[in-house]
Amino acid sequence: MEFEEAMATFDPVLGLEVHVELNTATKMFCGCANQFGDVPNSNTCPVCLGLPGSLPVVNGKAIESAIRIGLALGCDIAGWCRFARKNYFYPDMTKDFQTSQYDEPIAFNGLVELEVDGEIFAIEIERAHMEEDAGKLVHAGGSTGRIGDAEYSLVDYNRAGTPLIEIVTRPIRGTGAKAPAVAKAYVSYLRDLMRALGVSDVRMEQGSLRCDANVSLMPKGETELGLRTETKNVNSLRSIENALYYEIRRQAALLAAGGKVHQETRHWHEEGYTTAGRSKEEAEDYRYFPEPDLVPVAPSSEWVEQLRATLPEVPAVKRKRLQAAWGFADQEFADIVNADALELIQETVAAGALPSSARKWWLTELARRANEAGVELAQLPITPGQVAALQELVDAGTLNDKLARQVIDGVLAGEGDPAAVVAGRGLAVVSDDGALAAAVDRAIQANPDVAAKIGEGKVAAAGALIGAVMKEMRGQADAARVRELILARLG
Amino acid sequence: MSDLLRTDAAELSGLLAEKQLSARELTQASLEQIERVDSAVKAFLHVDAARALASAEAIDARRMAGEELGPLAGIPLAMKDIFTMTGAPTTCGSRILEGWVPPYNSTITDKVLAAGIVVLGKTNMDEFAMGSSTENSGYFTTHNPWDLDRIPGGSGGGSAAALAAFEAPLALGTDTGGSIRQPAAVTATVGVKPTYGATSRYGVVAMASSLDTPGPCARTVLDAALLHQVIAGWDPRDSTSINAAVPDVVAAAKHAEVKGLKIAVVRELGGDGYAPGVLQRFNEALAVLAELGAEITEVSCPNFDYALSAYYLIMPSEVSSNLARFDAMRYGLRVGDDGVNSVEDVMNLTRGAGFGAEVKRRIIIGTYALSSGYYDAYYGSAQKVRTLITQDFDAAFASADVLVSPTTPTTAFKIGERVDDPLAMYKADLCTIPSNLAGNCAISVPVGLSPDDGLPVGFQIMAPAMADDRLYRVGAALEQALTDRWGGRLLDQLVASPAGAYLNGGAR
Amino acid sequence: MALTAKEVARLGELARIRLTDSELEQLAPQLDVILTAVARVSEVAATDVPPTSHAMALINVFREDVVQPSLTPEAVLAGAPSVGDGRFRVPRILGEEA
Ligand SMILES: [Mg+2]
Ligand SMILES: [Zn+2]
Repeated sequence: MEFEEAMATFDPVLGLEVHVELNTATKMFCGCANQFGDVPNSNTCPVCLGLPGSLPVVNGKAIESAIRIGLALGCDIAGWCRFARKNYFYPDMTKDFQTSQYDEPIAFNGLVELEVDGEIFAIEIERAHMEEDAGKLVHAGGSTGRIGDAEYSLVDYNRAGTPLIEIVTRPIRGTGAKAPAVAKAYVSYLRDLMRALGVSDVRMEQGSLRCDANVSLMPKGETELGLRTETKNVNSLRSIENALYYEIRRQAALLAAGGKVHQETRHWHEEGYTTAGRSKEEAEDYRYFPEPDLVPVAPSSEWVEQLRATLPEVPAVKRKRLQAAWGFADQEFADIVNADALELIQETVAAGALPSSARKWWLTELARRANEAGVELAQLPITPGQVAALQELVDAGTLNDKLARQVIDGVLAGEGDPAAVVAGRGLAVVSDDGALAAAVDRAIQANPDVAAKIGEGKVAAAGALIGAVMKEMRGQADAARVRELILARLG
Repeated sequence: MSDLLRTDAAELSGLLAEKQLSARELTQASLEQIERVDSAVKAFLHVDAARALASAEAIDARRMAGEELGPLAGIPLAMKDIFTMTGAPTTCGSRILEGWVPPYNSTITDKVLAAGIVVLGKTNMDEFAMGSSTENSGYFTTHNPWDLDRIPGGSGGGSAAALAAFEAPLALGTDTGGSIRQPAAVTATVGVKPTYGATSRYGVVAMASSLDTPGPCARTVLDAALLHQVIAGWDPRDSTSINAAVPDVVAAAKHAEVKGLKIAVVRELGGDGYAPGVLQRFNEALAVLAELGAEITEVSCPNFDYALSAYYLIMPSEVSSNLARFDAMRYGLRVGDDGVNSVEDVMNLTRGAGFGAEVKRRIIIGTYALSSGYYDAYYGSAQKVRTLITQDFDAAFASADVLVSPTTPTTAFKIGERVDDPLAMYKADLCTIPSNLAGNCAISVPVGLSPDDGLPVGFQIMAPAMADDRLYRVGAALEQALTDRWGGRLLDQLVASPAGAYLNGGAR
Repeated sequence: MALTAKEVARLGELARIRLTDSELEQLAPQLDVILTAVARVSEVAATDVPPTSHAMALINVFREDVVQPSLTPEAVLAGAPSVGDGRFRVPRILGEEA
């Protein structure tokens, strides 16, 4: 069924669960490094391996991050709360229970306001709670490498015990056809917020930000929620949107044909479809109870207020402020946001560059390099300070654009700051008028026809002479100055 | 049996310090006694003679080099097989952990080793500390040195039996519902459950996290205090550990003075269901304390009647979660991994084969008590009873310095007598459980042999949280008065009796 | 209440313990007796009584966010029933994609 058709009959209701991996130095309950990509099982200890006798101790920094996230989401912070054990067996979980929070989350009752295509949506946050991540499974043997027909699996527990914050919305109604866009905007909002808070790397492709998207449909005009599905494995903002488009259409087709939606977990495939997970006969009974090995967390109001004072500006507010201050049109500013260049440009401006110059470098030359290298803009080995310094050299006439690009090459190649690259590569514009004048004279002598035309007032012909001078100077001249000299000589 | 074996740790400490005795000699004597009697007593699951002798020699060398050593340096100790220690298996008496060698030490193991104490080996216990008789060990049953046909108590029956059979002067235990005190009572040894959180649980394999309390076992109150001093104290690795100074329990044991102390008998811990001989010895001990100048009164703690029920909900609930990790994935037994069975099958088969009947019983009860629809009636109600019991203690301690009761309702029962009747077995911990639920501290000291059957009777003293020193003060006073009255220790009577002939290498 | 063998088997599955038929027959009546006995707790568990989850009323026990040494992978894997490629090898997992 087409999406528009589905939307004519049904109202979608969303529920979003986002897991954020905190970027603390150590894990949630032990002192192992909170870091991936190392030798398998090298960042593990008796605690995160759940060895008999081991006991957890809470990472204070993770509590601090949890409270800051809660405050940034407009939540109330619990005056007293506990961890709970969520009991179920799975080989990636070393204790066969997850230490999580149950009926006493650290943060609850939040509100986030989003703007999507000029319309404001209020997203109610039910809770933000603390928990731990599980280890990583690799499925081996079998023909497809997928879990279903693997012969066995291999487990690396380096990720086991990574601190997670799970942010859960209340059911989101009234989005209509914008449901997929609202979901995407919400996750994008959370990503920006977490980044601004500095609490997570929020890299969806690496799993440090994960979204489970719940959706159900109800016939237009009704108020009772339909049966929902929970789609997992959505690893990018675009996938969230696509997965919801797909799920809404799938459910609508089922319902329209008189069928029923199964309440189940579904798995998103990047190729553009979802498949059902194992259907559960009955709801899992997690047998939650207060974690006896950890004592309650009771943040004092003084501590909470101290943390509130450390909150960054809300990203949406900050964007409005910056756009006004920088004077960009909506589309110009949207390009910056979409390119993830807001912070970089802000820092570049702070380092002395004009907003327009900062935007130009990051969105053109540097964006192209990042794209070529297949990395994020922020990962390029050049700092906003270096970009500002580069622009300063251009403004001073030391560099022209072409030379500036060569300086970028040097900075990216690790040759140091722009000034060092200029010196090292001998790239500065020749600003010695004597040398330039001599070169202009030689160009005029070598091209008498052109010189004559200019003399007759055909100023446009100057380009050929400028080109000749620039060539002689191997580009290290200020073209505008060369033009001035030619016209003065012939005019 | 050499006199060395019957000598207290406190006295041995002096002999070692004065170099009249070497740790090697002493350790050798313990190892020989184990060799002599353990085939009958079966207190140890694992003995590492070479390691024990090597550490004894290291202590001797340090002493000869003039190093200042702690009071227990060079004294042998029997460790319940629930404390992790590198280089030795930790099985918790379970087949599911057979052969598991942990890669880390418990905090208490570290403290014991740092004090220069010589670990002889690991002692037998009910599987994962679940039981009151050691009959639930996955390996074998330990026998009571007083009567080899009887149980040595549990779950720390191995540690208590090792003391009573003179295999070691010191031992370690854990007390979740009485697993230190009840074995002490039925073997005429001393066992202390410190305040919850006063001794670290890090590296002590969990049975029920909110109740488990490691503690010292010894033949005298002073020896227990010396070991308590070594193992207690704040541990940043245990979030439930108390960050406060350890009361001076050694000074309290030496002070041994009860004049003017208010001692209250708990009315609910006595009467029907208690063996007459147990009550008789208990009352005689009360009279001794009164003679020493203590003020004896009675208090009522009405909610103690619900303690056993609350315990048998809270404990199995925590057990069901704590023992989930024995899933055949990372360590221990794995059954049915034939390439066809799924991970779920392998977990099911391994746990079905690796756990004994009592462990399964408790896991199932706990799973039930926590499951949705039953939580409030079972686990939730039990937690409320826990509050009521704590309130009863608070009220009682408002008018008394310590509370007392028999440690157990009966003396040691016969091996096999209660295995098919779990409820009867559970009643062995009737008097000890309230202190686990409330978290306060308690001790069991021997107060004679029951006239009914000639078996040891234990006297329990309970004190408020972090007032552990009171246990030692009262316990030592009672011990001293009774020893004077008997003309020696109760355990000396065992050695002198025909039943104890085997302890000297005689026939049994 | 009367716990049946079938219910005990379901609890066994939830607790990942495969129980034999004879175990189920023995356990069901035993558990029934025990649960009936311990159900007494509800007699005094009034609504106004707060529950106690921890013996001592400690709060806010936190650790500094400072890296401590981990175990070596060799030590970590030493006790494993099966190992492959520096990881714990576990039997095939039936179930949803993870
Ligand atoms: Mg969760
Ligand atoms: Zn760790």
